[in-house]
Amino acid sequence: MAGLSFHGGIHPFEGKELSKDRPIKDYLPKGDLVYPLSQHIGAPAKPIVEKGDAVKAGQKIAEAGGFVSSPIYASVSGTVKAIEPRRVITGDNVMSIVIENDGKYEEVEYPEAKPVEVLLKEEIIDMIKEAGVVGMGGAGFPTHVKLSPKEPDKIDYVIANCSECEPYLTSDYRKMIEQPEKLVEGLSIILRLFDNARGILAVEDNKPDCIKILKKLTEGNDKITVATLKTKYPQGSERHLIYACTGRAINSSMLPADAGCVVNNVDTIIAVYNAVKERRPLIKRIVTVTGDCIKTPQNFCVRVGTNYHELIEEAGGFIKEPEKIVSGGPMMGFAIFDLDVPCTKTSSALLCLSKDEVSAAKETACINCGRCVEVCPGRVVPSRLADFAQHKNKEAFEKANGMECCECGCCSYICPAKRQLTQSIKSMRRMILADRKKK
Amino acid sequence: MKDMMEVSSNPHVRSRVTTSSIMFAVVIALLPATGYGIFRFGWYAALLIVVTVGTAVLTEHLFCLISKKPTTVGDGSAIVTGLLLALNLPPHLPIWIAIFGAVFAILVVKLLFGGLGQNFMNPALGARCFLVISFARYMTDFTTDAITGPTPLALLKEGSPVNVFDMVIGRTGGTIGETSVIAIILGACFLIFLGVIDLKIPGTFLVSFSLFVVIFGRSGLVPYLTGSSSSFFDLQYLCGQLSGGGLMLGAFFMATDYTTRPITKKGQYLYGVLLGILTGIFRIFGPGAEGVSYAIIIGNLLVPLIEKITMPKAFGKGGERA
Repeated sequence: MAGLSFHGGIHPFEGKELSKDRPIKDYLPKGDLVYPLSQHIGAPAKPIVEKGDAVKAGQKIAEAGGFVSSPIYASVSGTVKAIEPRRVITGDNVMSIVIENDGKYEEVEYPEAKPVEVLLKEEIIDMIKEAGVVGMGGAGFPTHVKLSPKEPDKIDYVIANCSECEPYLTSDYRKMIEQPEKLVEGLSIILRLFDNARGILAVEDNKPDCIKILKKLTEGNDKITVATLKTKYPQGSERHLIYACTGRAINSSMLPADAGCVVNNVDTIIAVYNAVKERRPLIKRIVTVTGDCIKTPQNFCVRVGTNYHELIEEAGGFIKEPEKIVSGGPMMGFAIFDLDVPCTKTSSALLCLSKDEVSAAKETACINCGRCVEVCPGRVVPSRLADFAQHKNKEAFEKANGMECCECGCCSYICPAKRQLTQSIKSMRRMILADRKKK
Repeated sequence: MKDMMEVSSNPHVRSRVTTSSIMFAVVIALLPATGYGIFRFGWYAALLIVVTVGTAVLTEHLFCLISKKPTTVGDGSAIVTGLLLALNLPPHLPIWIAIFGAVFAILVVKLLFGGLGQNFMNPALGARCFLVISFARYMTDFTTDAITGPTPLALLKEGSPVNVFDMVIGRTGGTIGETSVIAIILGACFLIFLGVIDLKIPGTFLVSFSLFVVIFGRSGLVPYLTGSSSSFFDLQYLCGQLSGGGLMLGAFFMATDYTTRPITKKGQYLYGVLLGILTGIFRIFGPGAEGVSYAIIIGNLLVPLIEKITMPKAFGKGGERA
């Protein structure tokens, strides 16, 4: 059966074989832990501890700085060493809480969980909010906001984004293999918030084992179905996932709720499960450490705040000298220049490549081949948008639907002239968005 | 770990296809037609091809040297242009005309308009049309040792019968590379297989041209209805029109030229239909038997307009919130 799909997209080298067959390994950090106060979209969290305070794992150290914000919890026991700006993966210096790890990993006692059936909707959302759950696929949008649309009755689909379309990443895959019950259970919890909604577990067809497991688990469950998606990037893009699953298309100015949908990724849904069923806050996540430079590519269950250096060491270190290190997947991740940065709630992978294909490629003239148009899931004309961007022609850029770009990177990937299309378009979008904010 | 890491904006991976690999594929795809041309028309055709390609490459290289820019010969587009031009030349053309054509194609049509990707007209076709107008006597002389007499298209124009089988194989008169339909299709299949071209333009081009011929051509519907023809459909005439002249070479290798065709999907369909109709008009109502080159060149000129009216609708646009 051909899987569900959308127009455009690419088939880059998958690289998932490197790490997909090793079980998730728990990693206990050794050094200091760093918690940037902005690990999510929205207002930064406000610290509620001071230098010198003793903390335990699972203790709240910063509270939400507004409605669109999220609290942060300590992931180890130790003492607060400093509250100061620290470098994060984007290269910025962000105000962070630094905790000196005492190596005991003492945890606080979590409140007793009540059966989900007796919980009110508000209570569930409150638990998710309190647990600091954010979209862990990369965007970091606070989950409680996502789960509180204006008209919850109009939501008819809750989609679990199990596509994991980014090459090299296998963290969602491992979770689906190792903890599929938690995923299904987590989705059921979210479904309790929306009376008219059905759940869809949307999996790409390159993970037949996951599809099999999930189908078996949801057998007889009349609220949750498994949808098979065609394997291609960017299948996991929220707008395109909604289209593939429901046939509804939304533009960049609309929210999934406008199409009656709520989309969450695997790790987020499992975090919801932990928050509601076990009353545990979000202090760990799965990170894929992979790439041809890594000795033993694999997935780690990492405590938020762990230094990237430690993860590389735990994976056996480098066997080749890396030329490029990417935090996240190769299509949308950030290239980092320093490993001395912490893992946050949204760090999905650490990819170490011995060859940087970008700097190796020389940019030449556009030959108008149209490949970018063919692969663009946003159905715009990237080559023209990039021209407008380079000429700083905002008007033409907006008229040509430049703001509809989802920055997925397909155009740059496919371009035979190796133009930095995504980069140009992305910068222009940032400029226009900044202009709009000023007004 | 290195002190200096490579940092760049996403994405961090790139496909293997490059401009020069595409050009290389096109050259490979043109080899069957080139080989057949040399086989059929002999060593002089080979010489013409070598000289035309050589001149094209040299012109681009010298231009880059003089304008103090890094040479762009490496992208291979000059080779493609030179080869396409050579395949569009009569097999006994004087060498100096071929050189003239190659310089015109590269220098005037391509480089003076900004080089690769900036020219609005297919360089090889621009040069061919330039040569046809300037040196009509040489450019329309298809007499060879093997065959004397008019090309199959000229025969069709007169209403004489043609041997379609010979035309498909290529045992007819014509330019070096256009005679063998089989050789051209073989190369086109290779490009389609590699994904370098697709059937959007050639398909609509050939279909719309066929329809035009069926309606307006000799023994077509219109002549039948107006009483100037006794039959309303002539398969031999249609097949002859499809296999004759530069249609196949034009549809698969010239109309699909990236730079000078619309970039939008809908635009490509429209462009193909337009080329089919224009070719039909030129071949059936025009004074000459040929029409493909002029159809494509006029199509090239209309590309900006076609693109303007066929800009794709962005994903999700239309279902807007206020």
